[in-house]
Amino acid sequence: MELFHLERDIPFMRYARSTIYVSILFIVASIGLLATKGLNLGVDFTGGTVMEVGYPNPADVGAIRAHLTRAGYGDASVQNFGTSRDVLVRLPVKSGITSAQLSEKVLVVLKQADAAVLLKRVEFVGPQVGNELFEDGALALLVVSIGIMLYLALRFEWRFALGAIFATAHDIFIVLGAFSLFQWEFSLTVLAAVLAILGYSVNDTVVVFDRIRENFKKTRSNDVAAIMDNAKTATLSRTIITSGSTQLMVLAMLFLGGEVLYGFALALTIGIVVGTYSSVLVASPIVMWLGVSREDFIKKVEKPESGAVV
Amino acid sequence: MNRYPLWKYLVIGVALLISFLYTLPNFFGEVPAVQVMPVRTTEKVDTALMRRVESALKAAGIAHTGVALDARGVKARFASPDVQIQAKDALQAALGPGYTVALNLLPASPQWLASLGARPMNMGLDLRGGVHFLLQVDMPKALEKAAERYQGDIRTLLRENKVRYTGIGREGEQVTIKFRDAVQRGAARKAIETAYSELQLVDSESGEEFVLTGGLKKQAQVKTQEYALQQNLTTLRNRVNELGVAEPVIQQQGIDRVVVQLPGVQDTAKAKEILGRTATLEIRMVDEERMQDAATVQAAAAGQVPFGTEVYRERDGRPVLVKKSVVLTGDYITDAQPGFDKQTNQAAVHINLDGRGARLFKNVTRENVGKRMAILLIEKGKTEVVTAPVIREEIGGGRVQITGMDSPQEASDVALLLRAGALAAPMEIVEERTVGPSLGADNIERGVNSTLVGFALVAVFMVVYYQLFGVISVLALATNLFLLVALLSMLQATLTLPGIAGVALTLGMAIDANVIIAERIREELRLGNSPQAAMAAGYDRAWDTILDSNVTTLIAGIALFWLGSGPVRGFAVTLCLGILTSMFSAVTVSRAMVNLTYGRVKRLTKVSI
Repeated sequence: MELFHLERDIPFMRYARSTIYVSILFIVASIGLLATKGLNLGVDFTGGTVMEVGYPNPADVGAIRAHLTRAGYGDASVQNFGTSRDVLVRLPVKSGITSAQLSEKVLVVLKQADAAVLLKRVEFVGPQVGNELFEDGALALLVVSIGIMLYLALRFEWRFALGAIFATAHDIFIVLGAFSLFQWEFSLTVLAAVLAILGYSVNDTVVVFDRIRENFKKTRSNDVAAIMDNAKTATLSRTIITSGSTQLMVLAMLFLGGEVLYGFALALTIGIVVGTYSSVLVASPIVMWLGVSREDFIKKVEKPESGAVV
Repeated sequence: MNRYPLWKYLVIGVALLISFLYTLPNFFGEVPAVQVMPVRTTEKVDTALMRRVESALKAAGIAHTGVALDARGVKARFASPDVQIQAKDALQAALGPGYTVALNLLPASPQWLASLGARPMNMGLDLRGGVHFLLQVDMPKALEKAAERYQGDIRTLLRENKVRYTGIGREGEQVTIKFRDAVQRGAARKAIETAYSELQLVDSESGEEFVLTGGLKKQAQVKTQEYALQQNLTTLRNRVNELGVAEPVIQQQGIDRVVVQLPGVQDTAKAKEILGRTATLEIRMVDEERMQDAATVQAAAAGQVPFGTEVYRERDGRPVLVKKSVVLTGDYITDAQPGFDKQTNQAAVHINLDGRGARLFKNVTRENVGKRMAILLIEKGKTEVVTAPVIREEIGGGRVQITGMDSPQEASDVALLLRAGALAAPMEIVEERTVGPSLGADNIERGVNSTLVGFALVAVFMVVYYQLFGVISVLALATNLFLLVALLSMLQATLTLPGIAGVALTLGMAIDANVIIAERIREELRLGNSPQAAMAAGYDRAWDTILDSNVTTLIAGIALFWLGSGPVRGFAVTLCLGILTSMFSAVTVSRAMVNLTYGRVKRLTKVSI
């Protein structure tokens, strides 16, 4: 079976300007969203307490909320989690109270309302630890970006490194923008997913770049756009099939992995789609506009040979 | 051209065999077991203990399926959880409070696998349920407490050296001593400098008074903090031992934090209570002179406390006046055991003090024969008089016996409190993650299910799309899964739910290498190359691409591992290992299969791809 048997190269580069505009539009929109709405940061980063409790029968969220408010926990947010029998209670950091005891007090209150309630999970993060986790996450993003740029600059060329990083930043911004737009919770595992997207997206881009590099070495033509179109068409089948199979895995996780993995799988689902788009349509136009040419690759190969002839 | 030399097949075969062996233990599941450990780490775990466990089980008529001895304790396996719980109760009764008897789950894999060192993966807390705490040590408090100790020590020192001072006090982490003249101050400085070289002494004058201020030197401060952390670790270990957890993790993290992980603990409230207990212990003298006067005691109980004393209530509710100066703190106690007084057969607690504590205690008891001393337990700002025994004679050698407890149970409670000791500095829980055991089991099921379903979907697609080459790719992918699980088991890495997600994700991404190769072969075929040449070129050309694309992902994985914590780390470990195994399986293993299938076929005209 073959889905992408293409006789002629697709002129991707002819649309480069428009695809880049679309990307810039998305990036600007995402930055705007992040600046205005911000991310709905989870307890991991803000500090606070999350409790997951289970009831033997479908739980009345409204009644639980009212009961907690009466007991003095008016700032608690109560919602169903996964099934109608599971309830998630979130409590913000309270100054003065050692929050480790907070979950216990709340459980006592919940038990008064319904003795059958079962504590399934507690997560408490102190505000200081939350800050540190956030800083470490941001640092990880930075370190990964620099590391990948260095590697690409070494193996390819600095223009490729810039193109790959721009395409990847594009993916990350859009995923973060989506999380901001829908106010999905941004937790530590989602951050891990974002970093994985970084790796995945660059991976995708590198495969295309690799073919461009190969084409540069093979051909005598100087039509950079045509060389890139040929490389992208040749790898298109691989790009789509790999994205598809990774997406199958991630979708299985999204639907079957349960609530804990939901945010993680969601971020990856979006990331794989935009990552595929960017590696084909965003990365290489940038490399072209930065002025890459055949000579950049030929030189490296010919120099030692000419020395050998003499 | 598509032939591997024999050694390559052998290498692949050996790698597969080893990975199969090390993956195997994960399929056997776990059996209920009971683990017996001595409470005191100094006690030896030997075959005698094992025999005691065996005979105790025999005496109780409980059948076990194997008793084994290892470095940490004796482990007995049972057929069902019901028997396990019976056995726990029976063993605890037979062995007494000197041993911790904890429920545990042991791998059910056969002995020959275990002897090869093949053990199942470690399950993270989110998969098997349990508690994770991150505790922060309050270091300024540790320094203040050290200053408090020096305050007492310097007072004794100056008295011994007959240096006259007008007052001694503490301000934060500094001890200030006041003198009437510079001569006395000079003498004091000399005495203190010889005895405590770690103190930085500063002279100053305020009005008529000559002041000497002492504080820890920077180096000594660091040492004190390290010591405080070490002591807190020890104390936490003791406390966790009281909880009876089979495989606790208590580790230092950074310079002022401690991680405590208690797998399988269900009663988190109790765990938190015991860990978070900020009990400190103090021994002080009862103010006997003022206690003579009933009116003073009455007035003190009503709130008019005489200068230099404090009023507390004994267990029976009687008020007792206690001097403010502390004779000894819990820091000097090295061990405490419940027992009985040899003469009266009353319940008692036997305490051992360290060298310095023993010396101090000897002096105090010599000077105060016939008087009462109070042992105070300060917990959460509340002070309770544990007991206030009369000193009968001078006590040297650091062995102290306290009587006056109502029952052996009370004696063992007091001993526990003394033994668990005081924390060198208070600690606060700054992060907690608790997962109930049912949720843990759910998490495993969901994680494994989604991975398997995803795998099946990818497999079906690959076989439909690439036919025989698809089958080979799927086999290579399965090999990758085996290798990854084997590697995780070998390294005894901890598998968490994000870790399972990492496995799923690497499987999804690992197929990439096969797709790159397959597409390349198709392309070569389209260019008119012979099938054999196309396959060889496909593998060779794809290698560069696979390497570059994987290295970039590996960079992301390593950074995640380096900077991530907890759940993120688990994900990073599987991601990194998965990339490495996928490069081996997708390139070398799948090539071997291709070579075996097509390599020896002469005049190959068609490839199923």
